[in-house]
Amino acid sequence: MIDFLFNYETLRIIWWALLGVLLMGFAVTDGFDMGVGALLPFVAKTDIERRVAINTVGPVWEGNQVWFILGGGAIFAAWPALYAVSFSGFYLAMFLVLFALILRPVGFKYRSKREDPRWRSNWDWALFIGGAVPALIFGVAVGNALRGVPFHFSTDLRPFYEGTLFGLLNPVALYCGLVSLTMLVMHGAAWLTFKAEGPVADRARIIGGKAALAAAVLFAGGGVLVWLGLLGGYEVTSAIVWDGPSNPLGKTVIANSSAWLRNFNATPVLCLVPALGIVAPLVAAAGFRTRREGLTFLASKLGVLCIIATVGLAMFPIILPSSSNPGHSLAVFDASSSRATLRNMLIATVIFLPLILAYTAWVYSVLWGKVSERSVRGAGSSAY
Amino acid sequence: MTSPLLVELSRLQFALTAMYHFLFVPLTLGLSIMLAMMETVYVMTGRTIWRDMVKFWGVLFGINFALGVATGITMEFQFGMNWAYYSHYVGDVFGAPLAIEGLMAFFLEATFVGLFFFGWEKLSARSHLVVTWLVALGTNFSALWILIANGWMQNPVGSAFNPDTMRMEVTDFMAVIFNPVAQAKFVHTVSAGYVCGAVFVLGVSAYYMLRGRHIELAKRSFVIASAFGIASSLSVIVLGDESGYDITDNQKMKLAAMEAMWETEPAPASFTAFGVPSMSDRTTRFAVRIPWVMGLIGTRSIDKEIPGIFELVQRAEGRIRNGLTAYDALEKLKVNHGDAAARASFDATSKDLGYALLLKRYIDDPRQANDDQIKQAAWSTVPEVPAIFFTFRIMVLCAFLLLAVFAISLWHTMRETPAPRWLLCIALIAMPLPWLAAELGWFVSEFGRQPWIIEGTLPTFLATSELGIPDLLITILGFTLVYGVLAVIEVKLMLQAIAKGPAVGADIAPPFGEGTQVHLAAAR
Repeated sequence: MIDFLFNYETLRIIWWALLGVLLMGFAVTDGFDMGVGALLPFVAKTDIERRVAINTVGPVWEGNQVWFILGGGAIFAAWPALYAVSFSGFYLAMFLVLFALILRPVGFKYRSKREDPRWRSNWDWALFIGGAVPALIFGVAVGNALRGVPFHFSTDLRPFYEGTLFGLLNPVALYCGLVSLTMLVMHGAAWLTFKAEGPVADRARIIGGKAALAAAVLFAGGGVLVWLGLLGGYEVTSAIVWDGPSNPLGKTVIANSSAWLRNFNATPVLCLVPALGIVAPLVAAAGFRTRREGLTFLASKLGVLCIIATVGLAMFPIILPSSSNPGHSLAVFDASSSRATLRNMLIATVIFLPLILAYTAWVYSVLWGKVSERSVRGAGSSAY
Repeated sequence: MTSPLLVELSRLQFALTAMYHFLFVPLTLGLSIMLAMMETVYVMTGRTIWRDMVKFWGVLFGINFALGVATGITMEFQFGMNWAYYSHYVGDVFGAPLAIEGLMAFFLEATFVGLFFFGWEKLSARSHLVVTWLVALGTNFSALWILIANGWMQNPVGSAFNPDTMRMEVTDFMAVIFNPVAQAKFVHTVSAGYVCGAVFVLGVSAYYMLRGRHIELAKRSFVIASAFGIASSLSVIVLGDESGYDITDNQKMKLAAMEAMWETEPAPASFTAFGVPSMSDRTTRFAVRIPWVMGLIGTRSIDKEIPGIFELVQRAEGRIRNGLTAYDALEKLKVNHGDAAARASFDATSKDLGYALLLKRYIDDPRQANDDQIKQAAWSTVPEVPAIFFTFRIMVLCAFLLLAVFAISLWHTMRETPAPRWLLCIALIAMPLPWLAAELGWFVSEFGRQPWIIEGTLPTFLATSELGIPDLLITILGFTLVYGVLAVIEVKLMLQAIAKGPAVGADIAPPFGEGTQVHLAAAR
């Protein structure tokens, strides 16, 4: 069993799955923090309403954000080529994300330090940017990954990116950005209806219903784009050596506009995932209307998970295709770390991930209950 | 070849963002432990003044923590953004400690820090104490893993170059974790963080005592800060980073640069207390030497020699020539992976491959290099001696000054005499010193590592991303603006919180009733 678990092929597939788990962990936890940030100006008008919205995520956003940090670290450790190519290639886009994410911790912490309305409204905008901008850009990044990104390697495996920031802002990628934004707004709204009381929850219910509907429609539309072959797709044409060295120069890949459907055609049961990616947001939309908050939040979570999983499943075994030199695309079988590192990291993950889930669950249970205007006023300095 | 300007700009950006990040990290390290200690006293004695202290210092901790987190995000992603070739070249080894830092430390710290601030009413006193300790533990674990990563850059153990994947790969992960350089750095760095925390608490308390405000809180904080401070500053000095400096050629070079030691001296070497080192003349003028001291500090012995710069350059030249064999073999392997002779030759010489790469600064194909270029490359392994020499001395001076401040403070505390005004003034003025020392320490460590990004393995000038100069200018300008504005806001909020002072006798009733006396005392 250990032998099977620790052979290079299995380890690579596990780490491909774990990459997905980390991204999904980030999206379902920090996703609602970003959603709340993006919704802040719309669901909360007065200062006390904004404090209610902020305090629904106040004690937990910091831990949630670690999914993002850990995602970065895990990509570095398990998929170093992906880390190198994507972050240097998406350089200015990454800078925008960092800019937004730098504003967020400071916004949460500093907003409540002064009563001055201008001070507070400035930080509200910082929180809005900190939520909306990453939510949009992450989708744009995924869209570009689906379309392929122009890069190649030298024989020393030095990555060269050939595109520009504006090249990243193509219509397909922006469309994916919209999917991501509506999805996280739905998720943030679901959290707010679950966690907040009063007018904040009421407005979140209305906006959330619309966002959930939009996410379902846009995601389904994305499926149509793929089906019509408008999104592109790439396919490995040489024989795949699953336990070969991690060197992306040794294979051939071609652009094939129906390639992203191949896995679903080959294993039809996988179609359940994109199907749930449409149905779950619709259920959430219904949940918003019927005020079933627990169900809405669960459906929203499931929707987020399935939408992200769909992308991974469509592209497998490719992780980041190169549009200019398809052969240099990064794939599960040739862009990973060494077997030893994947094994060491898996051991660390098996030890620590359950612990993280356990204490995170404990923290959420301590904080269980609704946040209302009264509870925020009563908490004194123990609230933002 | 990558443009030199791009390399310099990338280094500038990394230096800016890393040094800015490290303005907040040491205070987080130190204050988290001090908060946990204060809260322990509260839970053990039930005196509410200690809870008020935790809450008050906690506010300042929070203001600082937010920027530590915000600027830490940049660090985690900057390797990939600006150092793409580095990320590919060493991600297999260097990435793992960063990821484990997230799993083991940052999750702990960040998940519980929310409860630290928001959990006072929701948790029992004991549970809250556990939460505070977990935050402190997470913070310190975080430093451990980051320094394991950094220690590997200084002393890349447990790894080897794999010609099939054209990168360094891990061969012994335990060696990476228990890297002696990393362990020495960890102890040194967290101790420096504790000193920052202690000086901060000492200074602010001294300010209150000078103003006659919040005396009960300030007096207790002053005591705990001077005791904690003296222990940590002793630890910083005694368990200095130097313990790891006899391990590798580059570490030895750094040591020689710190001491401006051009020639190898007979053991035990003398210590140059002052002098003016010159890079062009390769000598140190006006040197004031103290016999024996350097040998004792550097080797912890009286009979081991410390090699001087000239000798180390000689060694580097030998390693460059050896590395050329590895480079040649690698080029053959790139063409034909099955070339057994080339592989054998590569395996025998691969530990010096990095030295051959130094030649890429002068010539595209190192195999074509002439003797002059090889000599030039060998001399390029010498960092800027004067810069290292002086910054190191200022750092050490700061450390001893702080030790003196803590010692006098503790002496007054132990004799139970009130601290005199001059001491309080000095405690206030001394506040920037630990930050200065910490930043200079990083400068010595990282600038002294040049020309390597991974010592002996990868030169810095090869490690960057292939970005445009405008990209770098945009981000450097952007970071400077954002960080500048945030720094101003941060300092203002800190000062505002200090001016406002603690909320003594806050909203909760004391659990054991003993606090009343203290409040009366405070009111008197």
